[in-house]
Amino acid sequence: MDIVGANQRTLRKLLLVAVAMFGFGYVLVPLYDVFCDVTGIRFNTQAKQENTAAAQGLVVDKTRWVTVEFTGNAMQGLPWEFYALKKKVRLHPGQTTVVKYFARNRADEAIVGQAVPSVAPPRATKHLKKAECFCFTQQRLAAGESKEMVVQFVIDPALPKEVDIITLSYAFFNADRVSANKYGGSAAPESHEHHGSHKKVTTNING
Amino acid sequence: MSTDHHEEHPKGLSRWLFTTNHKDIGTLYLWFCFIMAVVGGIMSLVIRSELWQPGMQIVEPRFFNQMTTLHGLIMVFGFVMPAFVGLANWQLPMMIGAPDMALPRMNNWSFWLLPPAATLLVLSLFAPGGAPGAGWTLYPPLTVHEGMGMDFTILSVHMLGISSILGSINIIATILNMRAPGMTLMKMPMFAWSWLITAFLLLATIPVLAGAVTMLLTDRHFGTSFFDAAGGGDPVLFQHIFWFFGHPEVYILVLPAFGVFSQIIPTFARKPLFGYTSMVFATATIAFLSFIVWAHHMYTVGMPMTGELFFMYATMLIAVPTGVKVFNWVATMWRGSMTFETPMLWAIGGVFTFTMGGITGLMLSITPVDFQYHDTYFIVAHFHYTIIGGSVLAIFAAIYYWLPKWTGHMFSEPLGKLHFWLTLISFNLTFFPQHFLGLAGMPRRIPDYALQFTGFNEVSTIGAFMVIFAQLIFFYLVIKCIRGGEKAADQVWEGAEGLEWAVPSPAPYHTFATPPQVR
Repeated sequence: MDIVGANQRTLRKLLLVAVAMFGFGYVLVPLYDVFCDVTGIRFNTQAKQENTAAAQGLVVDKTRWVTVEFTGNAMQGLPWEFYALKKKVRLHPGQTTVVKYFARNRADEAIVGQAVPSVAPPRATKHLKKAECFCFTQQRLAAGESKEMVVQFVIDPALPKEVDIITLSYAFFNADRVSANKYGGSAAPESHEHHGSHKKVTTNING
Repeated sequence: MSTDHHEEHPKGLSRWLFTTNHKDIGTLYLWFCFIMAVVGGIMSLVIRSELWQPGMQIVEPRFFNQMTTLHGLIMVFGFVMPAFVGLANWQLPMMIGAPDMALPRMNNWSFWLLPPAATLLVLSLFAPGGAPGAGWTLYPPLTVHEGMGMDFTILSVHMLGISSILGSINIIATILNMRAPGMTLMKMPMFAWSWLITAFLLLATIPVLAGAVTMLLTDRHFGTSFFDAAGGGDPVLFQHIFWFFGHPEVYILVLPAFGVFSQIIPTFARKPLFGYTSMVFATATIAFLSFIVWAHHMYTVGMPMTGELFFMYATMLIAVPTGVKVFNWVATMWRGSMTFETPMLWAIGGVFTFTMGGITGLMLSITPVDFQYHDTYFIVAHFHYTIIGGSVLAIFAAIYYWLPKWTGHMFSEPLGKLHFWLTLISFNLTFFPQHFLGLAGMPRRIPDYALQFTGFNEVSTIGAFMVIFAQLIFFYLVIKCIRGGEKAADQVWEGAEGLEWAVPSPAPYHTFATPPQVR
């Protein structure tokens, strides 16, 4: 019996396993996304945009009050002032509401930004339906320019009963990596992909 | 091969640098992990000294966080894992009747990767910005923004990982190819079985950890955005990948300990191990389940209900095979002719304290309860009960059990018992109050705390100093045992069974050059 040969063969096979598992670590990155899509357990901040038209036909539930709070931050790399003009509203589910955010470019050149929304608690995400949002497109502000930006949304009455406060927050990123680096920070998610399209801007709250 | 160069080997430094002998390499591993345990132990004393009283006393918060991070990494990767690899190196060939490990030169390399890796890890303290202060789990986004010390740590983890992978390949090859004729898999000692399964766990998970830290490295320096939300990544992804490694890792730390208990308890109960087959299958089941429970470390990241329920039930399921093992050990002791020599004390103490850690683990598995316990001192108490109570006590048990075989001398029983009782009592003194602290809401990894936690923290600090200084007894005992003492018989322990007791004490440099026949 050739022990040395057997050991060499075992070594080769097991090294292959180790290399394969290193690759598997990387495969896990897309795999978690696929898993969430297949099982439908993903919380997608804008997953239900296509239903907005249907959302407008929602019946207003007058028996219930929900408080929606608004917040937002300009991220590192975007030298903008950015905040919600109204901190919160109290409304009935099914009632279409408009709120405004304020943004001002403090830099001495034009900058394009991209806002990424997220909703807390996560299970309220798919029930907050935006009909119109400045996050759907990139926003361009000239040097020193300021702007009021609109979010129009409705809360789906199917919102779980125990949720009575929802927080909508925006992270505003510099859409351009070079410009972002110049102002000491990071660029927006896949900024090249969503010129004029709002479908690509999805924040994966949970894989 | 000729057999007349039996006891010949190079002397001095080159013996240790170039050795391919499993016994030499086992010794190297054990001394290495002893040094690492001292370094990690000193760091734990820095932590406990700062926590002696509320307020900031001794160290800066940032340095405190570096201490908790390095203490964790060093104890896991530098102490407990190499200690079991060292025991495997010494014992596995002798227990299965092999002349040496299957791949002796690779064996040398897998050890000699460790000292540079450990040096790099400790050196990170002196890099600009210091060592990472993000905890041993290295969660981004904090670790993406840490200083150069983080890069030291990442490369160190890579080297430690390569060492573990090579070590585990060697162990698998040894067990699969080198068993004495007649020793079927189901006749193997439990220590060999638990190491075979552990080695497969290592092989499957360490590369995933290497992948995760590589992603951190490329996020830091090469413009990728795996974990950076601004670039379309997700910091929670790191937690998923890390714990895919991390949960099997905790069984990597404890399964060899189960193997040690399964060797020692039958010896001193003078009965064969109860339920050998169920032990094997329970170990394999634990290993399998360890791959599907990782997210119980991250209940609070905001998982969907379905996910939380799945991970909760899967986690609770692990209690079943673990329970099988504990009851088998108890049944082995039942109506046995028990004697309580030092190794047996450590083994029984280990089973007892590990079970306590297992029960708090069961408490933590319950999702709604975990929301309160998450990142408190309760979790610190829990995993110290499993890792010290299970793995470290088993390491001591194994060393006391096999030390006479290694040195040819009996150690001092009274000193060994004193070491055991001091360690057991002070270990409980250190970590039992931390259960209460955690339940009362004291967060972990915080250098300062609210006034009402002072009493329990003081008890814990006193215990920690006792537990570390009690190890001086062990050091003295081992040195004394190497230098001389009562001559150990080949059998050493009256009830011991297995091939390793058939070779003379001390075990000669080469054993089983001709394989023994197992009936």
